[in-house]
Amino acid sequence: MALLEIRSITRRFGKLEAVKNVSLDIESGQFFTLLGPSGCGKTTILRMIAGFDQPDEGELYLDGQPLADIPPERRPVHTVFQSYALFPHLTVSGNIAFPLEMAGRSRDEIRRRTGEALALVHLEDKGDAFPHELSGGQKQRVALARGLVNKPRLLLLDEPLGALDAKLRERMQGELIALQREVGVTFVFVTHAQQEALALSHRIAVMNEGRIEQLDVPEALYCTPKSRFVADFIGTINLISAEVLEADRHGLRLDAAGLGEIAAPPLASAVAGMRGALAVRPEHLRIAGHAERIGLKNHFSGTVGESLYRGDVTVYKVRLDNGLLLEALATNAGPGRARFHEIGDRVSIEWRHDAGVFLDH
Amino acid sequence: MPVSSSTTDRSARLTRWLVTAPPAVFLVIFFLIPALIMAGASFREPGEFGGLAPLAESGPSLDAYRFILDDVIYAWILAKSFAIAGLTTVICLLFAYPLAMLIVRSPKRQRDVFILLVILPFASNFLIRIYAWMIILGPLDLLYSPVAVVVGMVYVHLPFMILPLYTNLEKHDPALLEAAQDLGAGKWAGFWRVTWPLSLPGVLSGSSLVFIPVLGMFAVPELLGGTGDLLMGNLIKEQFLDNRDWPLGAALSLLLTLAVLAVAGLSAVLTRNRGQT
Amino acid sequence: MKRGFWLWTATLATYAFLYLPLAVVVLFSFNDSELNASWVGFTTRWYGKLLGDAGMLQAAANSLLIAIVSSTIATVLGTMAGISLHRWHPRFMPFLVLTPVAMPEILLGVSLLLFFRQVLDLTLGLLSILVAHITFSIGFVAIIVRARLAGMDESIFEAARDLGATPWRTFTRVTFPLIVPGIVAGFLMSFTLSIDDFVITFFVAGVGVATLPLQIYSMIKVAVTLEVNAISTLLMALTLTLIALASRFAPDTLRKAS
Repeated sequence: MALLEIRSITRRFGKLEAVKNVSLDIESGQFFTLLGPSGCGKTTILRMIAGFDQPDEGELYLDGQPLADIPPERRPVHTVFQSYALFPHLTVSGNIAFPLEMAGRSRDEIRRRTGEALALVHLEDKGDAFPHELSGGQKQRVALARGLVNKPRLLLLDEPLGALDAKLRERMQGELIALQREVGVTFVFVTHAQQEALALSHRIAVMNEGRIEQLDVPEALYCTPKSRFVADFIGTINLISAEVLEADRHGLRLDAAGLGEIAAPPLASAVAGMRGALAVRPEHLRIAGHAERIGLKNHFSGTVGESLYRGDVTVYKVRLDNGLLLEALATNAGPGRARFHEIGDRVSIEWRHDAGVFLDH
Repeated sequence: MPVSSSTTDRSARLTRWLVTAPPAVFLVIFFLIPALIMAGASFREPGEFGGLAPLAESGPSLDAYRFILDDVIYAWILAKSFAIAGLTTVICLLFAYPLAMLIVRSPKRQRDVFILLVILPFASNFLIRIYAWMIILGPLDLLYSPVAVVVGMVYVHLPFMILPLYTNLEKHDPALLEAAQDLGAGKWAGFWRVTWPLSLPGVLSGSSLVFIPVLGMFAVPELLGGTGDLLMGNLIKEQFLDNRDWPLGAALSLLLTLAVLAVAGLSAVLTRNRGQT
Repeated sequence: MKRGFWLWTATLATYAFLYLPLAVVVLFSFNDSELNASWVGFTTRWYGKLLGDAGMLQAAANSLLIAIVSSTIATVLGTMAGISLHRWHPRFMPFLVLTPVAMPEILLGVSLLLFFRQVLDLTLGLLSILVAHITFSIGFVAIIVRARLAGMDESIFEAARDLGATPWRTFTRVTFPLIVPGIVAGFLMSFTLSIDDFVITFFVAGVGVATLPLQIYSMIKVAVTLEVNAISTLLMALTLTLIALASRFAPDTLRKAS
């Protein structure tokens, strides 16, 4: 039995269906993420788990018990809000102690556990400070400690890293992972930042317009997306429209209009005549000068349209001879100065026969 | 903050009523109903010894309104009240604007002191403030004149103009003026084209806070003005307390209410049209 | 920071305009003469006269009593109104609560006079004054409390419930502590308004009862003595203290509320 079971929940706001018949299971001890663009329904689901909203249809079960009539204050579920929502009139210790006081714990126990929570987030010396005296990252950590001190069954996090600058954000990501592994509490994380989701989660549910597009581990979402939306939302993707000529357990033979034949990895559901697109990640496309050849199965010629140097990599946008624009990523890791291709250069784009995935929708 | 299931819904609705009802009921009884009574009283006949005649004896009558429409002096006094209110508003604006601008340009800590210094005279009873001017204007031979009335009105209402103006000017982005300068505007042009238009909601707000109360004042004209300087407020007071012709007083009050609503409505329309509040 | 010469001059002139008349009143309260005309010498006999003036003392006592009782009730009702306005925005509330604040006082006074005499047949006196003061103070308290609530991050109330607080405990442990400065400022504001009120009190006080402002008014109209200066000075000192207290408790709230 999973820790949290969501069964066919639907939530409507007037005419708009914010959540459409969503079902999922979250296992205990996981770092689970709901990922998607704004308005996809992820925050609505989070609020329904917390108890601030009710589904119009469907049920939620925690530890096998239905959550339906239980108000937020009685659910063993705590939330870290986007704005942290720290109580301005209480000190850091006061904030952290709050849930323990609500639960009626003894004075000694409260003091002990508050101290442990402060140590957990490395804020031992900030116990008597007030929220307005803290930095963004520190407030973040107080909110985490406050949500965890009561050892809830679930900790919900609503885009908590959104307000932090890039470097701090990265550091907090690392701290979050460590914290979750150490404490063992199940995290349900909501974000629209796909790289963040990939880095933090055990499992991710990618949502779009109220539905789950794909629920999988990060590697599977990245390497074998099951739909164009997921392929495009996570990272960057090249999509080449093609029709299946032949399909067997060794691989696919595709025909791309204006390009010719492409070899692709096998797909169980593919049959000859199926139309779709081959999705290939930029890092799988190798770029070489026109006269050179790397020797990969799929190779096509084109002209460099854009060249964006990023220090560690260079992104090339190459227009193939049939008009298709492909994005290729070249690492600048070779010995000595890297060789760059200029705008207007004729180049060759190549990729392996088992690279990419064929999507039929 | 609306929340969860039916039981919590019911208790949430109960809470809402428990909190909203007491003040609402109190105000309905002691504000709304009296207002309606006043409107109704204007359509009654005056009693033999003052007050209102019992309904049983005399039905509704338009005597009070006929009285007002017959005598042109009422229209004249209404016009005078508007004129004094307008003049007071303009003078308050002329005093308040530079002061507000200076306070805004001062460093933060000084600003609070300046604002406090503005509010403090407001702390005194307004009769005292009128009395003070009686002392000053007497020897100057300006007492019991329209000038004295305007001075008194301005003095009493100045803080009401300063505070909304200040609140508005404080929110102006200094970068806007700098941008204007950068694009070639001199100090005066910068003021006219940037600061003034942006401050208009504050100006409107302050003007309403001055204009409307002035319309209804009676103490200032009575103590500082001569017999020829009576305004709407004095008329109303006369009817209710001296002549005891309550229907007439009620009718005049209704007139004043309509005037106030017109001004408030105008101000609201102007503020909405500017697209800012 | 460049501040123009003209700006400074205009500002100083305005402040002078604001303070000089009051300074004159205070000054002459210590004048050893019957009139406000010229300075004769320093004396405190006018303050002494005040203490012996039975009518004045009664008026002061009335004013104080009315102020305390009306402010207390107005603060309770006004706080409820402010919370209601902020949380639920009921349609009719803004009109009901804020109009008494915005309209000319004479209209309130006159309508209450009509109501008390014509409908309730109530003898005018302390009770009528009390009710009148509560009516116009509720709005002020509501505005201040609402401003205080509006300045807070909304999600902390949800956070309280999320962390185990029932709606009632959310109110007692989170909402109330946070609005207390607003409530105190509202109380002080109502108190000041009540002590100082003239117009509305004038209409609903009836014959027998006097408050300080009414007493001052009759003194000004009937016989101006420097006693008026003395009582004015004392009153100013009182309201000054109250405002200073209020601004200590909630300096930003007062500014936002205007």
